[in-house]
Amino acid sequence: MSRTHKPKLAVWKFASCDGCQLSLLDCEDELLAFAEVIQIANFPEASRAVIQGKYDISLVEGSITTSHDAERIHKIRRQSKILITIGACATSGGIQALRNFTDVSRYTSIVYANPSYISTLNKSTPIRDHVYVDFELHGCPINKYQLIEVCSALLHGRAPITPSHSVCMECKRKGNVCVMVAHQTPCLGPVTHAGCDALCPSYNRGCFGCYGPKETPQTSSLAKKWKEIGATNDDIVRAFRGFYSYAEPFRKESEAYEEE
Amino acid sequence: MKKNRTIKVDYLARVEGEGGLKIRIKDGEVKEVKLNIFEPPRYFEGFLRGRLYSEAPDITARICGICPVAYQMSSIHAMEAVFGLKIDGPIRELRRLLYCGEWIESHVLHAYLLHAPDFLGYQDAIQLAGDHPEVVKAGLRLKKTGNEIVNLLGGREIHPINARVGGWYKIPPRKKFEALLEELKWARDAAIDVVKFTSSLNFPDFERDYEYVALSHPDEYALNEGRLISNKGLDIAVDEYEEHFEELHMKHSTSLHSHHIGYGAYHVGPLARYTLNYEKLSPIAKQAAQEAGLGTACYNPFKSIVVRAVETLWACDEAIRIIENFEMPATPWLDYQICGGIGHAVTEAPRGLLYHRYRLDHKGYIRTAKLVPPTAQNLRTMELDLHEFIPPRLQKSHEELTWECEQAIRNYDPCISCSCHFLKLDLINE
Repeated sequence: MSRTHKPKLAVWKFASCDGCQLSLLDCEDELLAFAEVIQIANFPEASRAVIQGKYDISLVEGSITTSHDAERIHKIRRQSKILITIGACATSGGIQALRNFTDVSRYTSIVYANPSYISTLNKSTPIRDHVYVDFELHGCPINKYQLIEVCSALLHGRAPITPSHSVCMECKRKGNVCVMVAHQTPCLGPVTHAGCDALCPSYNRGCFGCYGPKETPQTSSLAKKWKEIGATNDDIVRAFRGFYSYAEPFRKESEAYEEE
Repeated sequence: MKKNRTIKVDYLARVEGEGGLKIRIKDGEVKEVKLNIFEPPRYFEGFLRGRLYSEAPDITARICGICPVAYQMSSIHAMEAVFGLKIDGPIRELRRLLYCGEWIESHVLHAYLLHAPDFLGYQDAIQLAGDHPEVVKAGLRLKKTGNEIVNLLGGREIHPINARVGGWYKIPPRKKFEALLEELKWARDAAIDVVKFTSSLNFPDFERDYEYVALSHPDEYALNEGRLISNKGLDIAVDEYEEHFEELHMKHSTSLHSHHIGYGAYHVGPLARYTLNYEKLSPIAKQAAQEAGLGTACYNPFKSIVVRAVETLWACDEAIRIIENFEMPATPWLDYQICGGIGHAVTEAPRGLLYHRYRLDHKGYIRTAKLVPPTAQNLRTMELDLHEFIPPRLQKSHEELTWECEQAIRNYDPCISCSCHFLKLDLINE
């Protein structure tokens, strides 16, 4: 496909750990080639130079937790032709969405001596709750090869190839021994979105769901299985209240066991 | 040149996280320096309450995508302190190896991609690569070598998953470690060149009498264990930290400012470690440092880029030593008895010391947690640097001075996401 101009890329940050945007700088073998075909126009973590929009692609990291940020995301949407959210925070509210299950002022007084200096919203919410999102890339952190795939696919006007099946499938494909069947280790693999290449089971531990819910996850069947192998209600609540606690299937399952 | 002015950087670039800088100058005097941290609070210490001890390494890693290993190491050591578990031998050596991987990756990221462009007058490393592709390519390859260690031993470079209380979930076979050796030996040579290259840069003439605080160990360049010492006479056990240091909550910041009680601001990170622990560096690292003219102590924060290069070289050397002496532990982790109590730990993140303290109940649930990241400890020192740095340089153009002020902040490789929190420059000349 021929282009007369380099597409412009911007990277934006909201409440997050910086890890997902760092994934771009962690593409050590691909970064310079990437920068040859895409103009990195606004990426403060990497550059002082800011080229004004409109941007062909905006990558958005982080969740919305302040009223200022809730307004800023609308300005970013207006400057962006394609807006992609990257990571658990931007797609589900992230680990900081644990505040959504409690009264945030309780946390403020635990962490800060002068809570009156802190202004924050009661909930940490995904970008999709505020503006239209063209594509959501999951993971805590995202898979850097998937990031390159998503950018190049969308620039070429095709659908990105990022499988939406479960971590369980990745495990079978790798020939891993099932940690839940063989070792009775609780694992979220059957309900978790693929993308990590079944990382935790490959290291003899159960999946803790850091790529969020897959499409149509059977969370209640899995929770029953967990109980059979000895998990307590509290174990189940904490498992679903991890990095994707505010994603609807995980949130509902955790609430079901909290109420019992 | 105007006598009164304001230097303002709304959004500090090439740092991790969101912050701004506002400097007010009146009658040629710096009236106010505010590192304005507007990174939104994320409340880790709040929601750690009620979680099981074993979840802390995975949860606290998410404070920072640049130094997740540091968070995992500090939390694991703190939990082991509660359980009275002491890890030695090969499991401990592998922890040092994982940390070396993070030091290499993080130091090279900062030196090449974030800090070097300042010295060479480029906006970023991509521009730098336009003129000097080989330099940037070598930097990326070196960074990748560090990431390969974290990848193998941790499972992935960002938020690794393999470290746990007691040791590791699984230890990869010896041959996979040995496969890293060739590239690490290339990296060690490359790091010698980085020390040379960084020492040839032009450094502003600027030194301060810092109180340097770092972990120190009798037998090794400290990473995970040791006593906390300073060049002003501090020598304490890790669990005495809160008796000597406290955090203040400033109105202009969502980060807390630490200070040494009775002493004031202090400085943590590569310069502190180098100055306090120089003797523990490996011979090759000492030799490179001497050839670079660094001496055995360094008080010019702009030279932190050289010290990071020396530490990168040391970390490559140490990683090679660990792999060449690799022994497979009998079990990947040691068993322990869960009990209640309080545990403290300090480990050396690439940016400086990272303190964790947890109180657990008898079932191992976290009742309280306190985390003090390195950037929070350096924030006050960064502001004080600018108070002294600016007055002799007021004749410089606004643009040049603003850039140099930003550079002075980047000397600390501040991780604002960690300190909770982004950097923005507001230089006010009244």
